[in-house]
Amino acid sequence: MRFTRGFRGRGQGTRDSRLPPGQYDVGSAWPVLTAEPTPKLSTESWKFTVRGLVEQPTTWTWDQIHALAPASFEGDIHCVTTWSKLGVTFSGVSVDTLLAAARPLPSATHVLALGHTGYTTNLPLEDVTDGKAWVVWDYEGRPLPVEHGGPARLLVPHLYFWKSAKWVSGLELMNHNESGFWERNGYHDHGDPWLEQRYQGD
Amino acid sequence: MATRGSSSAIRVIDHTGPAPRRGPWETATVVDVRAETANAKTFRLALPHPSMHLAGQHYIVRLTAPDGYTASRSYSVASPPDGSAEIEITVERLKDGEVSTFLHDEVMPGDALEVRGPIGGWFVWRGDTPALLVGGGSGVVPLMAMLRLSRRAGRSDLLRLLVSARSPADLYYAGELPGPETTIVYTRAAPPSWPRPAGRINRGDLPAPIAPDATMYVCGSPGFADAATELLTGTGIPANRIRVERFGPTR
Repeated sequence: MRFTRGFRGRGQGTRDSRLPPGQYDVGSAWPVLTAEPTPKLSTESWKFTVRGLVEQPTTWTWDQIHALAPASFEGDIHCVTTWSKLGVTFSGVSVDTLLAAARPLPSATHVLALGHTGYTTNLPLEDVTDGKAWVVWDYEGRPLPVEHGGPARLLVPHLYFWKSAKWVSGLELMNHNESGFWERNGYHDHGDPWLEQRYQGD
Repeated sequence: MATRGSSSAIRVIDHTGPAPRRGPWETATVVDVRAETANAKTFRLALPHPSMHLAGQHYIVRLTAPDGYTASRSYSVASPPDGSAEIEITVERLKDGEVSTFLHDEVMPGDALEVRGPIGGWFVWRGDTPALLVGGGSGVVPLMAMLRLSRRAGRSDLLRLLVSARSPADLYYAGELPGPETTIVYTRAAPPSWPRPAGRINRGDLPAPIAPDATMYVCGSPGFADAATELLTGTGIPANRIRVERFGPTR
């Protein structure tokens, strides 16, 4: 480790244990760091699809997905650009509920999350099951703002936040790993913030 | 993770084997610091080897305190790919910015900084395709690397650059930006002789398209990026030809 001359950092001794290494608490701010134009999506035509290696490819409309069992997440989110946002609440539906309807085949090992903009991000199936991932449309009890992925985004809070695809349109179940948008552009395939899996080679 | 530790071990003991894989963090030496505006400075950094960056990519700067605490931020490279081992990053001093205030207030030539990069494979221009660049404020930095690359390669014909700044005092690279391929728009205060009154960018500011298949590179704050992309899509440019880099209100 190389120390930086004159740098002492801030808040010594008060670092929040909820912060993974190299992250800082952004407080009430919520940076927007999208690589594409912000799309305008109408909830009337919005759809979400689970397809690929499933017994029953399934599509939900906005009203249909809202009729599923509601689920919420309370906790922390971590962006690879080093900000974290602590103690946030999102509401929507658990990915477990969506997969229970589509019934993944035994051969399914990975998912590619798809966005209405063409954005993609890849995840092992085990990272979106057993209460680890949601499709969310409310943030702190209000509709998710479009710049943060509204009307609905994926939420996989135990991984860096680029995995939580904004404007999510579906999940494709696959029998292999296929890199998504940022993963093809230098970022880590898995993205565990506690292991600082930020970039390829970490 | 595992290779990071072992590569440094190989570097010490194995002088005859193949070149070790570089660890992700390297030590750069600050060779020059200069002011671009009252709150932006350009740092020229000497790397241990030639930089392999593409125009538009960024490096991460990591600061480490005596107790091991670290803070790191990403900074776009402003210098073009030129095969040299020196790169320039331009850093805006953000109010309460933990890393930017340290860089502005403490760092001087001769200092060592840990850096990592280049990072990013999306917001890059390789110098051989037509492109329209639209930058607001500090968002001009990665676009400057593209402009410099085009001029260096004698391919200014491929690029058009539209820059938005609050006032002449807030314009980065003021001595170098102007040219036949650049348009400068002031939002708050324009010089008396300026052909356009101060105001936010509008459709009339967009340069004529240089090619039907040009790629758009938009960089700036979220508000600027959204305004610029709406202008572009409003002229019929499909969203999938627009690449955006937004600067969040990170500290």
